[in-house]
Amino acid sequence: MADPVSLAERASQAAGEADTLARSLDALAHQLVQQAPPAVTAGTPFVFELTVFVLAVFVGYHVVWRVTPALHSPLMSVTNAISSVIIVGALIAAGPLGISFAKIMGFVAVTLAAVNIFGGFIVTQRMLEMFRRKR
Amino acid sequence: MSESLSALCYLIAAVCFIMALRGLSSPETARLGNIYGIAGMIIAVVTTLVTPHVVSFWLIIVGVLIGGAIGTYIALRIQMTALPQLVAAFHSLVGLAAVCVAAAAFTFPEAYGIGVRGSIHRGSLVEMAIGMAIGAITFTGSIVAFGKLQGLLSGRPLIFTAQQMVNAGLGVLLVLLIILFVWTEAAVAFWLTLLVSLALGFLLIVPIGGADMPVVISMLNSYSGWAACGIGFTLSNSLLIITGALVGSSGAILSYIMCKGMNRSILNVILGGFGTEGGAIAATDKGDRSVKSGSAEDAAFILKNAGSVIIVPGYGMAVAQAQHALREEADLLKKDGVKVRYAIHPVAGRMPGHMNVLLAEANVPYDEVFELDEINRDFASTDVAFVIGANDVTNPAAKTDPTSPIYGMPILEVERAKTVLFVKRSMASGYAGVDNELFYRDNTMMLFGDAKKMCEEIVKALE
Repeated sequence: MADPVSLAERASQAAGEADTLARSLDALAHQLVQQAPPAVTAGTPFVFELTVFVLAVFVGYHVVWRVTPALHSPLMSVTNAISSVIIVGALIAAGPLGISFAKIMGFVAVTLAAVNIFGGFIVTQRMLEMFRRKR
Repeated sequence: MSESLSALCYLIAAVCFIMALRGLSSPETARLGNIYGIAGMIIAVVTTLVTPHVVSFWLIIVGVLIGGAIGTYIALRIQMTALPQLVAAFHSLVGLAAVCVAAAAFTFPEAYGIGVRGSIHRGSLVEMAIGMAIGAITFTGSIVAFGKLQGLLSGRPLIFTAQQMVNAGLGVLLVLLIILFVWTEAAVAFWLTLLVSLALGFLLIVPIGGADMPVVISMLNSYSGWAACGIGFTLSNSLLIITGALVGSSGAILSYIMCKGMNRSILNVILGGFGTEGGAIAATDKGDRSVKSGSAEDAAFILKNAGSVIIVPGYGMAVAQAQHALREEADLLKKDGVKVRYAIHPVAGRMPGHMNVLLAEANVPYDEVFELDEINRDFASTDVAFVIGANDVTNPAAKTDPTSPIYGMPILEVERAKTVLFVKRSMASGYAGVDNELFYRDNTMMLFGDAKKMCEEIVKALE
């Protein structure tokens, strides 16, 4: 009959071995993951952005050709208004605490884009009101 | 708000913008489309405001209040004849905003997660430089276009020697500077890129003449979209990329339509100089041919006895503010049982669709207004073509005379109508500087005078 002390020692030894085994298994798994080809991803962020861009150009092409020529002026003013969505970038620059060059640039851009957003949508609405069916 | 949630909101905003353009396929759905556009913009702004990047709001509120007040004031006050310069001015603002955002991203890249100052990701630097360059070109180019349309600058093309060489040189310099900037990330290279782009935008538009402004405005519309796109790539923001691509392709299509309306290639327009030697051509071709001129009473008599009339308005009509008097005239004719329609040439106004807006403003029902392809064949079966303030777009030389500068341009075939009435200030040639042989034909009657006065007199005679 072994004494309880050596039993405990052996148990802790076994636990240690199990631990190293687990670690090496883990490392192996990591290696496997790294070596396996990246299954289904859209590639680098740039390629993803490029995909979005190209598809959007196609959407724009088809939507704009369907615009009736009579409404080409409103098309221009409304595209003008929506291209001011660049305000999104300006808000992030103007958002942090404290004053910095970037924040001032952000403020200027927010102001400019706001002129465009309000002006563009309102003037478009004014034009479209004129195109109501008469009589 | 988590990143996926805000990306989802941006997607909704992008769909709203597509719906806004989609609505413009008919006047019935267009107003709803505009509402979609506004909704998309609100979604985009609110989504950005609740991201953890934005913690200080006072400056943003001040900016939106100032900008919103200015924009609202201008949009409510602007005359529809001044629409082209308004749009040009708005384009310049988008360009400048793109430059500001690029500058902010360069000096404080941490906010956008594109690296830290001094070691911004190389890809982001490329996108940033391109976005800023297009923005700067849009900015100064639009200012020149605005100046020409507003009459602050001469509408005549400004040509100096070796101009195209200078522009090409600047273009090469711009590319080199962008490469230098991406390589070194030096602030000096950044600001030099900006300066060269600003100069290039100015020099690109200066040589383009007043008659080509419809193309220029559409082109700058396109540029402002590509600038937004460039910034979108820099910030890895799909909404900006999608919107920029929509606007960019829209402007490109409009430029194409305008070029086709004048039978000119986009390259030809960009290189500029159209209309410079126009005066000389007109002078050589005059001769001593006689024209038949008539009074408002004569015109009223002819119009009243016609079965059908097609009105061809040109920019001259808009300049004279004759659209309301013209519509009154048309109303009286309709009361007498005359069939009245309007024919619009693609480049009748100063920007795409401008003439349609001017007529709509004068309460002309839009279903009486037709585009060139829709109505051209009907001139042959029409009694009277009433041309008011238009000239080049009716000139048969565009079909018959290969030496004419306007040869190949699609025209409204008014010469096929039984009688042609021309309202004109004088015998002077139009923008292209070409004499119009229609003036000398037997079935043509010239009505000399101010377009508005002439219409008012015809109205009096009709009553």
